[in-house]
Amino acid sequence: MDKEYVGFAALPNQLHRKSVKKGFDFTLMVAGESGLGKSTLINSLFLTNLYEDRQVPDANARLTRTLTIERRGVEMEEGGIKVKLTLVDTPGFGDSVDCSDCWLPVVRFIEEQFEQYLRDESGLNRKNIQDSRVHCCLYFISPFGRGLRPLDVAFLRAVHEKVNIIPVIGKADALMPKETQALKQKIRDQLKEEEINIYQFPECDSDEDEDFKRQNEEMKESIPFAVVGSCEVVKDGGTRLVRGRRYSWGTVEVENPHHCDFLNLRRMLVQTHLQDLKEVTHDLLYEGYRARCLQSLARPGARDRASRSKLSRQSATEIPLPMLPLAETEKLIREKDEELRRMQEMLEKMQAQMQQSQAQGEQSDSL
Amino acid sequence: MDTLRQSPSPCSSRPSSPRTPPFEMFGPVGIEAVLDQLKIKAMKTGFEFNIMVVGQSGLGKSTMVNTLFKSKVWKSAMPSLEVPTPQTLELHSVSHVIEEKGLKLKLTVTDTPGFGDQINNDKCWDPVLGYINQQYEQYLQEELLITRQRHIPDTRVHCCVYFVPPTGHCLRPLDIEFLRRLCRTVNVVPVIARADSLTIEEREAFRSRIQQNLKTHCIEVYPQKCFDEDINDSILNGKIREQIPFAVVGADQEHLVNGRCVLGRKTKWGIIEVENIAHCEFLLLRDLLIRSHLQDLKDITHNVHYENYRVIRLNEGSGAVAQVVERSP
Repeated sequence: MDKEYVGFAALPNQLHRKSVKKGFDFTLMVAGESGLGKSTLINSLFLTNLYEDRQVPDANARLTRTLTIERRGVEMEEGGIKVKLTLVDTPGFGDSVDCSDCWLPVVRFIEEQFEQYLRDESGLNRKNIQDSRVHCCLYFISPFGRGLRPLDVAFLRAVHEKVNIIPVIGKADALMPKETQALKQKIRDQLKEEEINIYQFPECDSDEDEDFKRQNEEMKESIPFAVVGSCEVVKDGGTRLVRGRRYSWGTVEVENPHHCDFLNLRRMLVQTHLQDLKEVTHDLLYEGYRARCLQSLARPGARDRASRSKLSRQSATEIPLPMLPLAETEKLIREKDEELRRMQEMLEKMQAQMQQSQAQGEQSDSL
Repeated sequence: MDTLRQSPSPCSSRPSSPRTPPFEMFGPVGIEAVLDQLKIKAMKTGFEFNIMVVGQSGLGKSTMVNTLFKSKVWKSAMPSLEVPTPQTLELHSVSHVIEEKGLKLKLTVTDTPGFGDQINNDKCWDPVLGYINQQYEQYLQEELLITRQRHIPDTRVHCCVYFVPPTGHCLRPLDIEFLRRLCRTVNVVPVIARADSLTIEEREAFRSRIQQNLKTHCIEVYPQKCFDEDINDSILNGKIREQIPFAVVGADQEHLVNGRCVLGRKTKWGIIEVENIAHCEFLLLRDLLIRSHLQDLKDITHNVHYENYRVIRLNEGSGAVAQVVERSP
């Protein structure tokens, strides 16, 4: 029996240990009109106040504001696993009277991240590639509309081949149960009609237990998620303290699956499908971008880039991208920064340990 | 139009009782009886009221109209998702005659489906302004005729209810652009639509921000300060102005609450009663539009907005007058 046992069944544990050491990088984009509860939901999802320094612009400021892309980072640790979450926000989306092409900056941003990764991947020093690609986009749909609005459709069509889209109905406590169902169905029909590809949940393996399969099915059927966010803890009308919103006619509980799909969204995003989202971004969306990019370079029409490169045939091994000398040094600087940061962390840990042992030593001396 | 008839001030509700004039020299003459005569006349001719509802689709405009007038002015009970939002802004009007205690009210509701739903909403207020001015024009033409009708049919918009989406932040650029332009032409009453998604604190904060926005952009909504006639009006209207925009919820389904049948929305965490002042301010809107200020809305439309339009038109050239003179027999 021992002869047949090779021992690689323990590989997943090795992977687990390695990833715990390395930590997770995840970039989440949030998009949608203002006033749909995006910030509150993000704070509720990650139980942290990511929007502390935010100032909601006044009506005057909005009249002249254009779409900006904002990035916020937060490092979270739970159970020994570090997650570096980067949140990409799109304030100003859908605010103006004329929102034509207001999604173009967002598309450009997503493609820039792909381009950066492509450069890094094709570069010489691939030790510490920073993955700043957008792994998931939570798109907020208004609960007050009759489904997707023209602006929603335009945005989704512009980004659906470039990022994993999870549609979400914001402020879902404005809807009665029947209305929620009807709206979800309408949105699903519209997505199919407009041929918009949202993130598809992977099928369960047949050997998963029934409970997991059932949960998965439930999750799939509740897309788009109808969510309510809250960072306040209130009494639910009785004595129980819950995270929710208190109205004069009742209290909405954010973590109650009968009230909204918040738990489903959190489970899906954080607990079960985080890794899959990253993989789909890398294997499907990024590869698609890369293929398109390289193909367009090989075409005679792409004169601009072809003139800079000295390639005359399509090849994946040689680097067709215009490698500006600056990019290399920038990368080196970034790598050095990372190393410095890590060394500093280790130093701090050692110092803390020394102080602790010193204090212990003093204690034992005085005794 | 009988120019001698003055609107009874909304806050004065005199009990009417016909008194036969006593046979003394220094006694009341009995002029009070005129009020009763007016009332009887009004009962006979009935009232007209034209209201326009403006706002993005899904904000509960049709439901609100149904709830206000307690009748299915619009045929569909639940604003159906099958009705596609039109590509451009259309306006369509529906007229109903509602009767209560012998008094007939001819209610015309103009809806604006497609408002603010497009990607580019620039100039989406033009069709609305065009419609309002068209009604003024129609009335003007009738007024300029040599042989006028006894009672000119009044299709002018007396009140425009503007539905602000409950974002909780402040007015959007589209709201400001629209309100700025329309306040000069028609009485505008802004409301916070679908207010059941805001808690009481959020409503108050939202309301005060909206009031600030309105002040900053010099938008005078109804009841306008400049048209307050006397101190009583100012006090009454001042109170209303503090509470504008009302946070409203509309519903046309009835539910049983504590043994009573109420209009409301039933959710898993409670029932929102439309006519409960602790839940929403629908009653304030209804009282303003129907119970206390209906006549005032009509008067301001006639005495101020229509007159402004008339002055502009007549100044544009006596061509308008000449046309009409030729037309009538």
